[in-house]
Amino acid sequence: MPRAFTPKVITANALIAGDAVWFTADNRWSPSISEAEFITDEAHADLRLLEAQARQDEIAGAYLADAKDGPNGPEATHFREEFRTRGPSNYAHGKQVEL
Amino acid sequence: MYAYNDFDEAFVRERVAQFRGQVERRIDGSLTEDEFKPLRLMNGLYLQLHAYMLRVAVPYGTLNPTQMRQLAYIADRWDKGYGHFTTRQNIQYNWPKLDDVPDMLEALADVEMHALQTSGNTIRNVTADHFAGAAADEIEDPRPVAELLRQWSTDHPEFQFLPRKFKIAVSGAKHDRAVTRAHDIGVRMVHNEAGEAGYEIIVGGGLGRTPMVGKVLRAFLPREDLLAYCEAVVSVYNLLGRRDNKYKARIKITVHENGLEKMQELVEARFEDIRKGFSGFDQELLKQIETAFAPPAYVSKSSANYEAARLANPAFRSWSDTNIAAHKAPGYAIVSISIKKHGQTPGDATSHQMRVMADLAEKYGHNELRVSHEQNVILPHVHQADLPAVYAALREADLATANIGLVSDIIACPGMDYCALATARSIPIAQDIATRFDELKIEHEIGELKIKISGCINACGHHHVGHIGILGLDRAGVENYQITLGGDGTETTTIGTRAGPGFSADDIVPAIERLVTGYLDLRENADETFLQAYRRLGMEPFKAILYPAEDKANAA
Repeated sequence: MPRAFTPKVITANALIAGDAVWFTADNRWSPSISEAEFITDEAHADLRLLEAQARQDEIAGAYLADAKDGPNGPEATHFREEFRTRGPSNYAHGKQVEL
Repeated sequence: MYAYNDFDEAFVRERVAQFRGQVERRIDGSLTEDEFKPLRLMNGLYLQLHAYMLRVAVPYGTLNPTQMRQLAYIADRWDKGYGHFTTRQNIQYNWPKLDDVPDMLEALADVEMHALQTSGNTIRNVTADHFAGAAADEIEDPRPVAELLRQWSTDHPEFQFLPRKFKIAVSGAKHDRAVTRAHDIGVRMVHNEAGEAGYEIIVGGGLGRTPMVGKVLRAFLPREDLLAYCEAVVSVYNLLGRRDNKYKARIKITVHENGLEKMQELVEARFEDIRKGFSGFDQELLKQIETAFAPPAYVSKSSANYEAARLANPAFRSWSDTNIAAHKAPGYAIVSISIKKHGQTPGDATSHQMRVMADLAEKYGHNELRVSHEQNVILPHVHQADLPAVYAALREADLATANIGLVSDIIACPGMDYCALATARSIPIAQDIATRFDELKIEHEIGELKIKISGCINACGHHHVGHIGILGLDRAGVENYQITLGGDGTETTTIGTRAGPGFSADDIVPAIERLVTGYLDLRENADETFLQAYRRLGMEPFKAILYPAEDKANAA
């Protein structure tokens, strides 16, 4: 039996700055996961990923990442994706100070 | 050191111009990421978790003060004011913007540097003993040979699309500080029975997911045959190496699957063919290169103030006990500058620190600096009389930590704080271990101990050859750290053995503390190092220390 679909967000790295960005329902790339489109349907996820990947002049390496619904919007479920929302732990660099 | 000729200069500038065009085409949408990725990798540009990363080649780890200052300038102008020294003796910038990278490469070219072949399935930066040209136990300076190999391998038309990356290290000393046995090719300078100088050629070593100790392919290779022989090795690998499975593509697997004898047969046959094409030009070139690595003009002066400073200042004495190595020239010392201050990120230097080190090299160090694979910076030629002044300047810049070779002198890869491949973080673990042992104040009592941490199975942190190795993994969505014991990266290279189940991020530092303080009780005397004690006693007593609860369970 195929594994049950778990909710997703679409994420990538911004083309010029290289920082993590998330694809919103209104087709923007946001630096904040909370603005991402929360995708619960597998067919819709595949379609949105194709649309995201087509935006080659804005991003690199779009993919689907597991997410959960939080009080302020989507949240990462895996620690790797959580780090991408924040930045490194050894310096106050990246989103933890820029957002 | 080696200075670019017109050909090198034109070649590097041309590559910068090409990459500038490629970046422009990527930004204007003419190139997709799939098309651009191999091009950027050829120029050392990665895309990591939070930003791009530019890996700059430091050939055999050698830098002059002008280059070090330029690295500082690049860090300030286009990055966040620091750089990260790596286990391939390179430097990485963690925050470049794509549209700035061509300018960064141009700034590197201004000081005869580049980022070519720091990624991709090519021959990577050739590394060498970081004490090259200075060590008391040296047969010969390995850097001319490393430079010859660099020139041969850079843009070699046959070797731009190898089955996988290919790493070469050269050592010119009896004591192997270049980890030659964990390289695709290790070149060790040796003498044969007739007393002639030549090379021992080791192949098929490597860390990563299938760690292997390199095997001797040729016990003695005459000096003049080096390039032809290396070309034969890489050429055989290029055809025989597997391209169907990335994890089985390194030459260590080729050697393992085909056997050493078959490799020897194929390499010798290919070598017979290839050597005909080497008419001696490479040896003329080597002679020219050797003149560029002539020893500095050593001076003769009294070291009395060094001895006086050692007596007067305990902190200086402690630093000079750990951070100074024996030099081949009378009155001289090799200074290892620790880039491992307790609690700091291993291998990270600020632009200010880079400038201080450049100034010291200029004022006291015959204009030479080295990056070590252990992520420290070396001043290879300092007169003993100048050590107190060097120490004072280092102290001002927070660079005087007296911990070379000790428990806090940890190799750590960037791990999941930066790296897109990582499965767990390495840096915070290194920071916490160093901070904890600094609090305990037992570092000097423990003595020589190499802890090496990798944030994934690819083993950039060399954990397999750490006396204590730590491997960070993702276990069901949680960071988990496995410990290996008994690894060794010297001439007696050994792959460490896994001690048992992994530890959580919270439990790993206490586990290391238990292990190390436990060793203090197990050792025969203060001279028996951790590695020696492990070799004498085997895994069991260390395992019992690491997993005490299990012991009780077994006893019950």
